[in-house]
Amino acid sequence: MPKHDTPLMDELEKGPWPSFVSDLKRQAEKNPECWDILGQMELSYKDKITHWKHGGIVGVFGYGGGIVGRYSDSPDKFPGVAHFHTVRLNQPSSKFYSTEMLRKVCDLWEKHGSGMTNMHGSTGDMVLLGTRTEELEPLFFDLTHELKWDLGGSGSNLRTPSCCLGKARCEWACYDTQAACHTLTMHYQDEIHRPAFPYKFKFKFSGCANDCVASAARSDFAVIGTWRDNIRINQDEVKKYISGELKAGGGIADSFGAFDIKKDVIGHCPTGCMWMEGGDLKIDDAECTRCMHCINVMPRALRPGVDQGATIMMGAKAPILDGAQLATMVIPFVKPTADNDFEDLIEVIEKAWDWWMEFGKNRERIGETMQRVGLPSFLRVMEVEPIPQHVKEPRCNPYVFWEAAEVEGGWDRDIKEFRERHKM
Amino acid sequence: MGYDPENPMKDRITDIGPPHYERFFPQVIKDNYGKWLYHEIVRPGVLKHVSESGAECYTVRVASARLISIEHIREMCDIADKHCDGILRFTTRNNAEFMVDDEAKVQPLLDDLASRGNKFPVGGTGASVSNMVHTQGWVHCHTPATDASGVVKAVMDEIFDYFVEMKLPAKCKMALACCINMCGAVHASDIAILGIHRKPPMVDNEAITGVCEIPLAISACPLGAIKPAKVTLENGDEIKSVKVNAERCMFCGNCYTMCPAMPLADPEGDGCAILVGGKVSASRTGATFSKLVIPFLPNNPPRWPEVVQAVKKILEAWAKNARKYERIGEWAERIGWERFYEKCDIPFSDKSIDDYRLAYDTWRTTTQFKFTSHIK
Repeated sequence: MPKHDTPLMDELEKGPWPSFVSDLKRQAEKNPECWDILGQMELSYKDKITHWKHGGIVGVFGYGGGIVGRYSDSPDKFPGVAHFHTVRLNQPSSKFYSTEMLRKVCDLWEKHGSGMTNMHGSTGDMVLLGTRTEELEPLFFDLTHELKWDLGGSGSNLRTPSCCLGKARCEWACYDTQAACHTLTMHYQDEIHRPAFPYKFKFKFSGCANDCVASAARSDFAVIGTWRDNIRINQDEVKKYISGELKAGGGIADSFGAFDIKKDVIGHCPTGCMWMEGGDLKIDDAECTRCMHCINVMPRALRPGVDQGATIMMGAKAPILDGAQLATMVIPFVKPTADNDFEDLIEVIEKAWDWWMEFGKNRERIGETMQRVGLPSFLRVMEVEPIPQHVKEPRCNPYVFWEAAEVEGGWDRDIKEFRERHKM
Repeated sequence: MGYDPENPMKDRITDIGPPHYERFFPQVIKDNYGKWLYHEIVRPGVLKHVSESGAECYTVRVASARLISIEHIREMCDIADKHCDGILRFTTRNNAEFMVDDEAKVQPLLDDLASRGNKFPVGGTGASVSNMVHTQGWVHCHTPATDASGVVKAVMDEIFDYFVEMKLPAKCKMALACCINMCGAVHASDIAILGIHRKPPMVDNEAITGVCEIPLAISACPLGAIKPAKVTLENGDEIKSVKVNAERCMFCGNCYTMCPAMPLADPEGDGCAILVGGKVSASRTGATFSKLVIPFLPNNPPRWPEVVQAVKKILEAWAKNARKYERIGEWAERIGWERFYEKCDIPFSDKSIDDYRLAYDTWRTTTQFKFTSHIK
């Protein structure tokens, strides 16, 4: 039986989109604290303001992350949510689950928490939403002993890495994103669970430039699949798209009308490196920047090349505090592989961490540290040779930070000697 | 057996990480890992992937509210047990995906999903609006300037057809973050709803000594608007506190993050900004930030009509006017932002002109512009 009147929340049970309110009510039959979630949320809808207190440091012994403390500011009215801590479970790479495993998580959360979840949190974790402090250790015990599963990250540490589904179900994955994500997650368990960084640090792994996990916008360390040879063309299939036998984008839209290769493919090519010649599609691959558009539109005719690997980009973040940053291209091509346990990635990561942990200020994302010291200095730290690919365009101001060693005779000069030749 | 509170460290297991992903692959995925040749979108919400081996994997994508119960997850498990050999997956945009290895298994799965009311709408593929990435809002967060789940529900109810059909010029990725901390990053979305504050923080002098490191609160402000101050409490005690230069405040809330004695949320002050034109993929054009085109709309629960209508208007203006494959930002760039404002019927104000850092990059420095209705 509902514990509180919730006319405003009830309004959100209507409509064609799945209703979290109906779902909360359903769960409340088993976990009565859900009535208090609804009650407190109703109060927020009435007051137009949150009723959660600021912060609260809770966790499990030995870990500095994985649990986020939360307390109600109206525990008398809503005792079921007086404590309402979040538990982050490190999701398996690319979020495939057996129902057997999911049911075990559900049982665990019915026993130790509210029964509400987020599938998933923005960083990638499975989020269990709402439990009491005294449940945390028993939950962690059951999680690690019975489910053989661990917490994800929170705070100034390596956040739970995430990846696209890659080679599992995508023809465009240019390296094994899931293997990379899982291998590095296991390699850096200490960095995930025990905060030792200036601020958060995120890894994201995308198999191609379509970037389904938004690595270029959301991660400090983005590994994005690419290739450096030629797009594979099947001219017979190209002709099938032109004749209308195959649908553009594999059927991306029902409203696009007739396919026009000149307009829909060649016309959108950012480098103008494609043309038709006697019924064949030609590509000047040396000029291609591997944006994926033509491949997206004609998936049966075009495929990424076979010399595949990844580009490493660094320093993306949301606006807090000095403004948003997209990732900066740092290393144009590596070949991440499970054959060497992704040591090419590990080497880059640790070079960046060693420097950032020494020079990064408190609550400074590495992208901000990069901005503060400048890209030339960062490239020196990373021992990467500067190339034109590192910039969109050369600088337009002349204020170069020359070093003494670069200037003939250095910087040591004698003002007296200067004055003998140049009177004041 | 079980946790022993007397011996919390006994038999402790740590740092074992997540379960290995390969344990959860359907057979067709296991057999064809790395061998996929191409894919098609058979109908909205249904993908067909074909392997070099000739094997096929059909995926049915369904929306979820993201904030879901274990009862709902168990229902998903029932569906996966019945149709998908006990496997399902979730996407980065909070959809769930059910996979089968035979075309004949698709329709029974779709029928089953459709028989369960509004719980599992099928869609979110191709030139559609996919599920909205979003944050916690009033259900769980201490810093929000708006709700998350409720706003998303209201918006998606209204534009539902664009999720279950593929009739847009390109894909449209939408997101909501309930404050500028953006734990669900919305700075590179086609359409983003962002909770914002508009009142400077108050200073709770009675509490500040116990809960704040004063220097951290001061240094939290990116604009130097917070200064140290000596304050006399009602009981006569003189304490070290802070004062806020309200005219300098840009309402980022970073001070509140560092100091719980500086709350700034407010029923009238808080609301939503709308940002548009961002994207993450490098397809055609590189990743771009979303631009703030509507600086403020009020919080009007439970259905946020002003926000819903603003989003719908932008979505439909783009759908009507853009060329095939043009994302919202690409369309706005081609026609010019002055034309974008006209086409979307959005009033322009100085609040959309950047005056924060690197602002000059966005000022117009050419005589090339359009004589839209803005020029009187």
